[in-house]
Amino acid sequence: MSLAEELHYIGPALVLYVGAGIVLVADLASERRAPRWGLTLAVLVVALGWTFALAMDGDARGEALSGAVRVDQFSIFFAFLLVGATLAVALSARAWADSIEQGAEFYALMLTSVASMVLLAQANDLVAIFVALETTSISQFIMAGLARTDRSAEAGLKYLLTGAIAAAVLLYGFAFLFGLAGTTSLPGIAEYLATAPESARLPLLLAFVFIIGGFGYKMALAPFHAWVPDVYQGSPTVVASFLSVASKAAGFAVALRLFYTGLGGGDTFVAEDWAMFVAVLAGLSMVFGNTGAILQTNAKRLLGYSSIAQAGNVAVGFAAVAVGSTIGPSGVMFFLGTYAATNLGAFIAVHAVSERLGTEEIADYAGMVKRSPLLAGVLSLCLLSLTGIPPTAGFIAKVYVFNSAIQTGHDWLVILVAVAVANTAISAFYYLRWVRTIWLDEPADATRFAPSGAVQGVLFASAAGVLFLGFWPSPLINAARTAAETLSIL
Amino acid sequence: MLTTFLLIPLAGALMAAFLPAERERDAKWVALFFTSVAFAISVVVFVLFDTTAEGYQFVESFEWIKAGDAGFSIQYIVGVDGLSAPMVLLLGLLSVIAVLVSWNIDVKPKQYFAWLLFLETAVAGVFLSLDLVQFFLFWELELLPMFLLISQWGSGRKVYSATKFLIYTLAGSAFMLLGFLVLGFTAGTFNMAELAANPVADAFIPMGIVFWAITLAFLVKLPVVPFHTWLPDAHTDAPTAVSVMLAGVLLKMGGYGLLRISLSLMPEQAQEFKVILAAIAGFSVVWGAVITLRQTDLKRLVAYSSVSHMGYVLLGAAAMTDVGLSGAALQMFTHGTITGLLFVMVGAIYERTHTREIAKMSGLMHRIPLIGVVFVIAGLASLGLPSMSGFVAELTTFLGSLQAHPAATIAAIFGVVLSAGYILWTVQRIFHGPAAEEWAHLEDARAWPELVAMGALVVAIMAVGIYPPILTNAVESGIAPIAAIVGAVS
Repeated sequence: MSLAEELHYIGPALVLYVGAGIVLVADLASERRAPRWGLTLAVLVVALGWTFALAMDGDARGEALSGAVRVDQFSIFFAFLLVGATLAVALSARAWADSIEQGAEFYALMLTSVASMVLLAQANDLVAIFVALETTSISQFIMAGLARTDRSAEAGLKYLLTGAIAAAVLLYGFAFLFGLAGTTSLPGIAEYLATAPESARLPLLLAFVFIIGGFGYKMALAPFHAWVPDVYQGSPTVVASFLSVASKAAGFAVALRLFYTGLGGGDTFVAEDWAMFVAVLAGLSMVFGNTGAILQTNAKRLLGYSSIAQAGNVAVGFAAVAVGSTIGPSGVMFFLGTYAATNLGAFIAVHAVSERLGTEEIADYAGMVKRSPLLAGVLSLCLLSLTGIPPTAGFIAKVYVFNSAIQTGHDWLVILVAVAVANTAISAFYYLRWVRTIWLDEPADATRFAPSGAVQGVLFASAAGVLFLGFWPSPLINAARTAAETLSIL
Repeated sequence: MLTTFLLIPLAGALMAAFLPAERERDAKWVALFFTSVAFAISVVVFVLFDTTAEGYQFVESFEWIKAGDAGFSIQYIVGVDGLSAPMVLLLGLLSVIAVLVSWNIDVKPKQYFAWLLFLETAVAGVFLSLDLVQFFLFWELELLPMFLLISQWGSGRKVYSATKFLIYTLAGSAFMLLGFLVLGFTAGTFNMAELAANPVADAFIPMGIVFWAITLAFLVKLPVVPFHTWLPDAHTDAPTAVSVMLAGVLLKMGGYGLLRISLSLMPEQAQEFKVILAAIAGFSVVWGAVITLRQTDLKRLVAYSSVSHMGYVLLGAAAMTDVGLSGAALQMFTHGTITGLLFVMVGAIYERTHTREIAKMSGLMHRIPLIGVVFVIAGLASLGLPSMSGFVAELTTFLGSLQAHPAATIAAIFGVVLSAGYILWTVQRIFHGPAAEEWAHLEDARAWPELVAMGALVVAIMAVGIYPPILTNAVESGIAPIAAIVGAVS
């Protein structure tokens, strides 16, 4: 493989890394404020364009960096998702980034973080996974603390400490796996597993428990979720939206890749043990997330708990993957795609409100429909989608994921789906209570306001996505299915 | 043609919603036009419906979500048979009535009529869908307009009632989805006609659980005691038109689902649990009637009488014979027209007296004789007087169920006695007795929308009562295949 080809494959991540440097240097070099917002957007658009070129390149499937990363339709799917979500966050972040001292650092860190996530979705080797995961996490620790308020600093520190422990646990799990297989490359591990003796079951399970602990932290799965509400509430809202969408998607991407390519998918003799373990985590996440959310009065904190519960929904699909559901992987990916559109809309709406009105209390959303109809409409739509009410994307996503679990025909997965649908009813309570506040309560102050143009654009795009995928989900489902197929081909 | 029926109200909803602000008073004309067109289509469908042919008619379909081999395909498929054709006719008629009785709405009329039309589309989808997932989609879709209509244009504790309605329905339907997915996966199709042709005998979880997961949602919607408490609240606080729709067609979704899905797709389980269903039915009828006797609020009284009368539907369904099932289907139609009319009359009285306290009214027959007469007609129909449609339905139900469930049927017949009691007693208290000076200023019904609404329903009730075959021919053709399916396993 030529150098040019390798560069072509890792192009999107490379553009993002270099772009992060350019943003920083441009800010240092210019006397007046550099057009860092524009620069960041340009970098993201170029990365998106490159990804598009890769996607168009029919058989874009290959390895780079001596097999440490692997570019296929799966990683391209996630590159679109991650870079697209980051673009939406960057578009809405301008006013906030201009208001803090380290605006340029914020953009650079975000670019570094997303670059590492793109790499994470491509990583095909335990070492590459760990390095990419750490690079993205460390950028996020700083981002969480950027607001320089007490709460923000607390969020940053909390995120750092839990992140450090999660990293250590993950590495421990990797060490077990390496010790057993004697290689860090995922295909190599898969080869070992295919012929592994029954006596390897216990160490394998230990390895898996540690690994899922490390990833569960990224995916915000219970019981590794305790940081989520605090960090979401304390971080600047744009950062929280980035964490809730991009970071979670990257976590599931790498988990899918590791599981499918590295651990042999549903074919190995330990697959069912893993599936049950994930199923328990999924159930816990939904129960903890939803019961926690009921009591919240702060919008970001509520979305934090909701994000734990939603991670549980995705994990239902992941558990199905582990026992060989053929539509499981595409279910997880489709869910993450719709979730990105939905949750970004909700978070950006909360961001716009806190920017314009300086409040994050749900009570202050009273009568929002009279004050900013667009924002109120989009936020309500996103909340309906999070609940899973048709005709929104969230409905199809839930049906698809639950479907994949039922498809496997395991009765304990049916129980899990029963837990999931019961949780849907619970979640309706707090999502719709918020919708009710927006539409039915009388505002204390009825002055109208409008988000900035870029934020309006993002809100509009997210609403369009939620509705489009609700009415016509086939394109994304097909994309997810094509992408998922490349996972199982070694 | 059926797709047109589905889309016409939606088009009207969009048009009403986007009327220019200065023409908002014209929203009612838009609504009247579109509901009338839809009603005309439903009449055409009913007239052209061939009662001697087998299977579904007017079928239209296309592949909506295609993920073929993996087993996640959702079809858009609509069609009618002898069971759904009368329901569609009922929906078309009551939607026009609902618009007519909303003629004086002046709070946000654009939104009000838009949601009312949207509701028609959602309910139409439930009656027309021949695919389980599509059915579920429309079932959930109906929640949104109902919630908003009750909570925004209702009275009293409207938000509480709307939320209660929502939570009850959602909690019920969440498990319905689980059941659908199990059914669909075991059989490899979500198509109702195919599922009915080859009922799923054995799934990977006990079919009894699947049956109850699905049936519970219908029982909540019907509603039966003890899941009925949302109904009186929702009715009492809803605007008149919404009460008409709720009692007239929304409750029928429960009965329809029971016949179309619980009985047709899971005949073995239906037979197995029919005694439980009959017991619930008998209890509902009597308990509902006893509670009705104790009501002091006119609207609440009619609401509780619905609980009692919908018990007949379940009783007829539990009989699982040709005659019993026909009775259930007839009762659904006649209850829709009769209780619809009762709610129209309650609304008309309330509009004039501004109270629903039965104790405060007296001698109204002297002041508003026309309203009084029509109320008496509706009341007599409700208690099952021969020559009116209620008699036909109840008699058929009892004939069908007496042999299968003598105890429950006798209890239900006792319910008829009670219902004669509360109807006559109410008429006596409100319309007879001394003409109180307080009500001397009341004006009788003069406005044409009111007169048309009352007239149309009286004609419908009398027509079916005097010449039942206009309805029974269609109903029997729809019931025969269902009876054959459930009869085959006994």
